[in-house]
Amino acid sequence: MKYLDEYRDAKIAHGLAAEIRRRSTRPWVLMEICGGQTHTLMRYGIDELLGSSVELVHGPGCPVCVTPLEMIDRANALARLPEVTLVSYGDMLRVPGSETDLFHIKAEGGDVRIVYSPTDAVELARKERGRQVVFFAVGFETTAPAHAMAVLQAERLGLNNFSLLVSHVLVPPAIRMLLQSPRNRVQGFIAPGHVCTVVGVGEYEELAREFRVPIVVGGFEPVDLLDAIRLLVCQLEEGRAEVENSYARSVQYAGNRAAQLAVERVFEVTDRKWRGVGEISSSGLRLKPEFAAFDAERVFGLEDVRAEEPSECISAEVLLGHKKPMDCPAFGTRCTPEKPLGAPMVSTEGACAAYHQYRRHLVTL
Amino acid sequence: MCLAIPGKIAEIQENEGVRTGRVLFGGIARQACLDFVPEAREGDYVMVHVGFAISVVDREQAERTYALLESMGVLGEELGVGAEGARSS
Repeated sequence: MKYLDEYRDAKIAHGLAAEIRRRSTRPWVLMEICGGQTHTLMRYGIDELLGSSVELVHGPGCPVCVTPLEMIDRANALARLPEVTLVSYGDMLRVPGSETDLFHIKAEGGDVRIVYSPTDAVELARKERGRQVVFFAVGFETTAPAHAMAVLQAERLGLNNFSLLVSHVLVPPAIRMLLQSPRNRVQGFIAPGHVCTVVGVGEYEELAREFRVPIVVGGFEPVDLLDAIRLLVCQLEEGRAEVENSYARSVQYAGNRAAQLAVERVFEVTDRKWRGVGEISSSGLRLKPEFAAFDAERVFGLEDVRAEEPSECISAEVLLGHKKPMDCPAFGTRCTPEKPLGAPMVSTEGACAAYHQYRRHLVTL
Repeated sequence: MCLAIPGKIAEIQENEGVRTGRVLFGGIARQACLDFVPEAREGDYVMVHVGFAISVVDREQAERTYALLESMGVLGEELGVGAEGARSS
């Protein structure tokens, strides 16, 4: 496929890797934020290709992983209501709540359905007016415009049986929290290319200036990521701390204005809990008060559902880049993708799941 | 989750006030909402995420960057650091 296959070219990848190894005078510590990028790095063995020239640590950018436990519990509670059809992206179904997951609730007869797009959920609400259709709206800035559009569409259609369970998170507040930590080791960031496609690069320039840290907007194929790593290493070797865009075929400086407008109309910024990490101020989105009729938490009175996370899981350390998945004593034994203890083992984009799939040979279980 | 895939717009339609496109991903065709890319025309490539096009692929940028990347691949090969070299170093 055009704009995809050519960015998997082995010759180019090896050329870039050679250039990175040549330029790097010490093992720079770099973090990719997005779980999709983590997956590519592991799948194509980019960490191994770079040897000791760069240490890659993996950030908190998997929305499935960071959706707080209590939000999963709320989705589970909704899915058990006889009048509710709980609609979700497929990868949320196996995420463990305090007691169970959506997959098991579905098996027990709960009406849980998987869709590719939030507009499919709106369509479902339109066809089945007797059902309360709740869409589990998780995601980063990339997905927020689509969710905003679903609400606007439902409003236009006059639907009173459609609502969102919103668990939206924002990337820059999480980067800020990482950089403010006294334990931070990260010297450069690969910014998530599709998040930046929507929001642009302005906020990342503020971070680069404030913390004197280089940030390169990166794509999702091996060549994209190697190019982003190369630009970061060049900046670090030259003592620069700027924002560069290695994913210019999709990312414009100001982002996508039409998508931003839809988000601004429907959502507002709020404090948000991240699973494994805790609450980060102004790190999430919620529906504005004028869209309260589409807010499942209010419609079904779920605000009081709270939950404590299991203590054995070290996901906070992994999501903040302090530890690697294999440092966890439960990795691959008490915690596997089939029976995950914590969120990063759940989603295929979670760091623990990526290591479990591609790097298990390195651990003696 | 933030996955977006490039596809080519084969046809644009207006559906109840929503601008949608039939977008080709290799051999597979899917409908995508084009409301966020009002500038998109038939034949353009768009990045599609959960059924919404979030950008039009910038052809010139893509070609310019790719030529640069390609030259690095060639350079790597000339320096003898292709696939073989990478593994042994």
